[in-house]
Amino acid sequence: MDEEKPNVLKTGFEALKGLADSYAVTLKHLFRKPITEEYPEFKRQLPARSRGRIVLTRDPDGDERCVACYLCSAVCPVSCISMESAERTDGRRYAAWFCINFARCIYCGFCEEACPTLAIQLTPDFEFCQYDILDFVAEKEDLLVNHGGKNPEYNFYRHAGVKEKGDKGTHLNEDPPVNVRSNMP
Amino acid sequence: MKAFGFLILFVKLGLVTGALLIMAAYLVLLERKLLGRFQIRYGPNRVGPFGLLQPLADGIKMLLKEDTIPAGADRIIFLLAPAIVATMALLIFAVVPFGDDLILWGQRVPLVISDLNVGLLFVLALSSLSVYGLALGGWASNSKYSLLGGIRGVAQMISYELSLGLSLVPVVMLARSFSLVDIVNAQAHYPFILVLPVSFIIFLVSAMAEAKRLPFDLPEAENELLAGFHTEYSGMRFGLFFVGEYVTMIVMGSLIAVFFLGGWRGPVLPPLVWFLLKVLMVPLLMIWTRATLPRLRYDQLMHFGWKLLVPVALLNIVITGGIILWTGL
Repeated sequence: MDEEKPNVLKTGFEALKGLADSYAVTLKHLFRKPITEEYPEFKRQLPARSRGRIVLTRDPDGDERCVACYLCSAVCPVSCISMESAERTDGRRYAAWFCINFARCIYCGFCEEACPTLAIQLTPDFEFCQYDILDFVAEKEDLLVNHGGKNPEYNFYRHAGVKEKGDKGTHLNEDPPVNVRSNMP
Repeated sequence: MKAFGFLILFVKLGLVTGALLIMAAYLVLLERKLLGRFQIRYGPNRVGPFGLLQPLADGIKMLLKEDTIPAGADRIIFLLAPAIVATMALLIFAVVPFGDDLILWGQRVPLVISDLNVGLLFVLALSSLSVYGLALGGWASNSKYSLLGGIRGVAQMISYELSLGLSLVPVVMLARSFSLVDIVNAQAHYPFILVLPVSFIIFLVSAMAEAKRLPFDLPEAENELLAGFHTEYSGMRFGLFFVGEYVTMIVMGSLIAVFFLGGWRGPVLPPLVWFLLKVLMVPLLMIWTRATLPRLRYDQLMHFGWKLLVPVALLNIVITGGIILWTGL
């Protein structure tokens, strides 16, 4: 079979129609209302899990959640979190000082994932420009907020089998302690 | 009397150059605004009311930027090339009549800077010369992207120069003159677009290619060549290329107005308003085209120029000449 001869008139007409159609489509768009959200005047409600400014949250009792385990500092890819741990008289650990350099932070959220006590959390707030780069260094008092963030009911010491708050077997979802001597197979 | 003539000439020169540059600056804003609306967003709207001071902000930004010269560049040519493009674009307007003769203090003041008797050839010559700016700029940058852009630019502009010139031959045959003033006067009764529609379309397409506008913007082709021939330019030298491109758009608009739409002639409205309206139609069409059509492939561009536009333009000359002979216009 020899291939069909292209009809010059037909292909020419189709080409012109294609051109005219595409011009018509763009012309239609010219009169549509722009979908732009104009930022400083219109601020969209960001999702609760957006990754913006970092805060240190408190547990329902009002005590700070951070136990200064250094996991966030260790996982931070840009090493912007630093702290020094200390111990209260009852053995409860806390951060003597805690500081995040927001000029370095890349808002990856790894610290939030690493935190065993849900203390460090990222918030949707992203508008905190500064004129001086040193103003980006946030200390513990700047980071601490007086609410529980995304999980307000969670209290690390009520779940974990740590003896500091409450004796063995008194925590949530915890079995009573087993006597290892009578527990032979 | 001679002093008065010179004074008028300088005033006209200043006004025309200033108007052209301001129009070019605001054409950039208009293009960004319109392209925004074509893409259902607002264009620039932050600087001044409706973004009207944006061209000023852009100009200040470009003037204050560092003027970098790449290592290994041919310094003198590199520094001169943008000026060639901008100057040639501005110079073309010297022969474009933009209104009827004015009577000032008993003196006839023609509203054209120079009524050159070979005006049309002057236009074609200058638009050919501006290719040099592009080619030398691309070559002197010592960068492969610039060189490729320059080569493409030269090949494209030489090809489309042919159909540009050929499409104007019927106009000259009808007007029996190379002078742009005479060509406008020859359209006193009807604009040439009515009798030379084929010439008009060929000229329009070639003008888009000459202005390096979108279906034919291969010398700049952002997604292949970064920015083509002006990749290595920064600051106001880049700005000059930019000004050149937008002045070329306006000049192409005014040439189409003069050759096919009857120049400043038109009913009711004053001549200058008619002229501006006709001139603006072409840049608007070019912006609309930019929002609509994708870039041609390089071989398609060459095929289109050499295998379609040039033969059709030649045929158009023969047929128009035949009809003129037949009817004895």
